[in-house]
Amino acid sequence: MAQVELEIQALKDNLLDMIELVENQVSRCRTIIETKDEKLAREVIADEQKVNAQELAIDKDCENIIALYNPVASDLRFVLAAIKISNDLERIADNACSLAKFLKRHVTSIDHKLLQEFGIAEMLDTCTSMLRDMHKALREDDTKLARKVFDKDHALNAIKKRSVKSASALLKEYPDDLKVILRLFTIVRNLERVGDLTKNIGEEIVFHIEAQVLKHQK
Amino acid sequence: MKLIVAEDVNVYYGDNHVLRDISLSISEHTVTALIGPSGCGKTTFLRTLNRMNDYIDSFRVEGKIKIDGKDIYGNKVKVEELRQKVGMVFQKPNPFPKSIFDNVAYGLKIQGTKDKKSIGERVEKSLKQAALWNEVKDILHKPALSLSGGQQQRLCIARTLAVKPSIVLMDEPASALDPISTAKIEELILELKENYTIVIVTHNMQQAARVSDRTAFFYMGELVEYSKTSDMFTNPKNKATENYITGRFG
Repeated sequence: MAQVELEIQALKDNLLDMIELVENQVSRCRTIIETKDEKLAREVIADEQKVNAQELAIDKDCENIIALYNPVASDLRFVLAAIKISNDLERIADNACSLAKFLKRHVTSIDHKLLQEFGIAEMLDTCTSMLRDMHKALREDDTKLARKVFDKDHALNAIKKRSVKSASALLKEYPDDLKVILRLFTIVRNLERVGDLTKNIGEEIVFHIEAQVLKHQK
Repeated sequence: MKLIVAEDVNVYYGDNHVLRDISLSISEHTVTALIGPSGCGKTTFLRTLNRMNDYIDSFRVEGKIKIDGKDIYGNKVKVEELRQKVGMVFQKPNPFPKSIFDNVAYGLKIQGTKDKKSIGERVEKSLKQAALWNEVKDILHKPALSLSGGQQQRLCIARTLAVKPSIVLMDEPASALDPISTAKIEELILELKENYTIVIVTHNMQQAARVSDRTAFFYMGELVEYSKTSDMFTNPKNKATENYITGRFG
């Protein structure tokens, strides 16, 4: 096996590890809602440092491969995709961390009807499933699976759209919980953003494998 | 305009069928890189373009190679005239054991040019085109072999340009040079394409990517892929091309 192949495989393994860690962060936020486990929230928050370190390591790997091996064709596309995917993952992790901080503070006291009305658990399930698909799509070079992310992103967009109505209704019903409701509204927007970032990852996987540029296409 | 057109070219060395059904066309004022593993036929193809293979007894060619619309293997073709039109630069710099000036003037003198002023002007112009003039203008009568390897190679390019070819063939012209000299040769190639059509054989993938407009990938005597260089190095259509340019084989 050529050295560049070994380097590319190592980069791919690191990227898969990063997707797995970020997917875990998102899925653990879902578990926190079920179990009200503040300790788990602290773990998700702490893992942000690990994600940041992985992003830096992947950036360095990409820089080395470009400088030392002058990759071309699919190797070059993979390195370019890896830089963008790791950046997207880091931003997803930021959102998961921010949600974990909110849950650590409010999960035991919040009226769970609020979480339900905003569809937070449903969004977290969808985001987790999208990230899981991206992990498999990258591992198995499966662009069909990568493309599935677009439908799931539509589902998140629909929940976000619905949340405007939910927020105004809930504000009337729970006037004392104004701050929490506004915070939840922001969380919905952040999770919708997680969907967009995961969609970007799907686009990068397709670019890497098929050399097709999907971004900015309606 | 298509300056070079190869149609179903097959080349044999005795029983050895080294090029198979090669068809490609090359536009004027472009750089075309021929790449592929050793023994794939790229140098053989390059040398068919100015009939350098004619020196090999067992050489036989089928198909047509047209330059400016004329079949260069036709009966009436004068090989000396063809080689004036299609110059060649080799892998290893090969200046004659003469002065710098005489090296560049050699082809002109062989052609029968006698006017010293005219020869002097052509030598200066060729050395300028080869980006060597500033380095040698005060030592024109020193031995060419006293120059560095990179300078010798640019001298050989100047010698080729002096007889006013329209096509310049280059067979790994920078493979024996250091990175600085290589960069100079590559810059020179990019400048020369304004006035010349260049076909270059190279084993250096990055060099092919940097200097050429189109790239032809040869493998086991066949032309596997021929496309815009930017396409080939980002999204090759053929798996064998992908494997070669990414270093998976060859």
